[in-house]
Amino acid sequence: MVQVVYIAHDGEQTELNVQEGWTLMQAAVSNGVDGIEAECGGACCCATCHIYVDDQFLEKIPAALAQEEGMLNEVVAERTQNSRLACQIKVSNALDGIIVRTPEAQS
Amino acid sequence: MTARVVIVGAGQGGLQVAESLRSKNYQGEIVLCSDEPHLPYHRPPLSKDFLLGKIDQAQLTIRQETVFEKKQIELKVNCSVRTINPDEKIVTLANGEKLSYEYLILATGALPRALPFNTTKTKGLYSLRTLNDALAIQTALENAQNLVVIGGGFIGLEMAAVARGLGKQVTVVEYADRLMARVISPEVSEFYRQLHQDHGCQLLLNTKVTDLQTNEQEQIIGVSLHTGETLPADVVVLGIGVLPNTALAEQAGLHCEHGIITDQSGRTSDPAIFAIGDCSVQRLADGTMLRLESVQNAVEMAKACAEAIIGGDKPFIAAPWFWSDQYDVKLQMVGLSSNYDQVALRGHLKENKFSYFYFKNGQLSAIDSINASADHMAGRKLLAGENKLTPEQAADLNFELKTALSA
Repeated sequence: MVQVVYIAHDGEQTELNVQEGWTLMQAAVSNGVDGIEAECGGACCCATCHIYVDDQFLEKIPAALAQEEGMLNEVVAERTQNSRLACQIKVSNALDGIIVRTPEAQS
Repeated sequence: MTARVVIVGAGQGGLQVAESLRSKNYQGEIVLCSDEPHLPYHRPPLSKDFLLGKIDQAQLTIRQETVFEKKQIELKVNCSVRTINPDEKIVTLANGEKLSYEYLILATGALPRALPFNTTKTKGLYSLRTLNDALAIQTALENAQNLVVIGGGFIGLEMAAVARGLGKQVTVVEYADRLMARVISPEVSEFYRQLHQDHGCQLLLNTKVTDLQTNEQEQIIGVSLHTGETLPADVVVLGIGVLPNTALAEQAGLHCEHGIITDQSGRTSDPAIFAIGDCSVQRLADGTMLRLESVQNAVEMAKACAEAIIGGDKPFIAAPWFWSDQYDVKLQMVGLSSNYDQVALRGHLKENKFSYFYFKNGQLSAIDSINASADHMAGRKLLAGENKLTPEQAADLNFELKTALSA
């Protein structure tokens, strides 16, 4: 199990122990973490699972592919260099302790 | 009387209404009735990653059971609603239980169309709509060699692509002269014809299925065509469209016409009953009827419906979007491309990364993007408001699409 910390826009923290191979989106949605909608269910087609990945974990995650890049262009909240889509990030041991922040709005 | 909202159907729309009502501080009880045995799940991956074995049932599940307790939503699985009494505002469940309601939401979805001949005893014939359907197909495919897909629409072609990925011999039989004819342009149909052919999937267009051949055990062994030919088949999957599930609504006397008729917030002809998603058809301000089968429509109508119940009014009017995954190609569509007089191509067909922009009377009406999510997302912005994009600009890769947005 890998520890993931989600921090909502209002500061509320949720710590989850996530099975390897699950995405950050699946874990959040399944546990009802507010701030991640994931309308399309992980197809990288809706841009409603936008997260900001903490600096220290950014480079441990494979770079976004073209599909994710294009979707990130139009996320509702501000896009920063920490912006990713949670459905495209699979949890692995290397990410143990990862901190991600959810934006004010997804849609 | 208890203040209570009863929701019939726990697909993406039904679940969203329940959660939106709670997040907007609806104070009454919320009862969410599902006639399936499972917790609410994401339906789109069924015909894609789930059948490919890339994700399991737990990853498909939208919310764990504990989330429903936390949000005080009473989820009833294996619970079908038998009748509605709109005068007394009471629904009767299949087990005889009666529930009164302040508001009733019908999120009953759609049912797969069946073949026009009797197939009730036939083994090896499947539709793909529910998790149970997908589980059954998964098991059936394990020992199958030959899959025949009837219908060359999204579901049929996604099924075909998955089965090719699993190494099966696949034939798609389509009655029309091109693929996905109801929703995409001839240009894109042609791209997909080539794509499936390149992946070794046999496509039979302009072809009608006349019968299914079975052995003594009623197991499918072949599919008969109007040409007189019979295709060998161990498994047959139907993808010939869906019909809105209006049975309950009709019994309750709601106005229905190829769907439960609603306004853009989901209001039906009964002020206490709403309908959302695949089971509904919206009457727009100008009188046209709009029926959409999509996740976006289910979720956005659900949000609009919750707003209307709480007393706000935020009707759903965004440009419709859809997607389809076949092999490693992603198709994203925004707008409705059924009506256009000019097409512009942005990008290169050979690179498998391009978009077709459709125009009617010089005005952008829809975009189909192949592996081009940036075009698609820019298109959602353009189609949501006023834009002055010209076909020439759309075709120019150096032109930044968003600058065509009117201020």
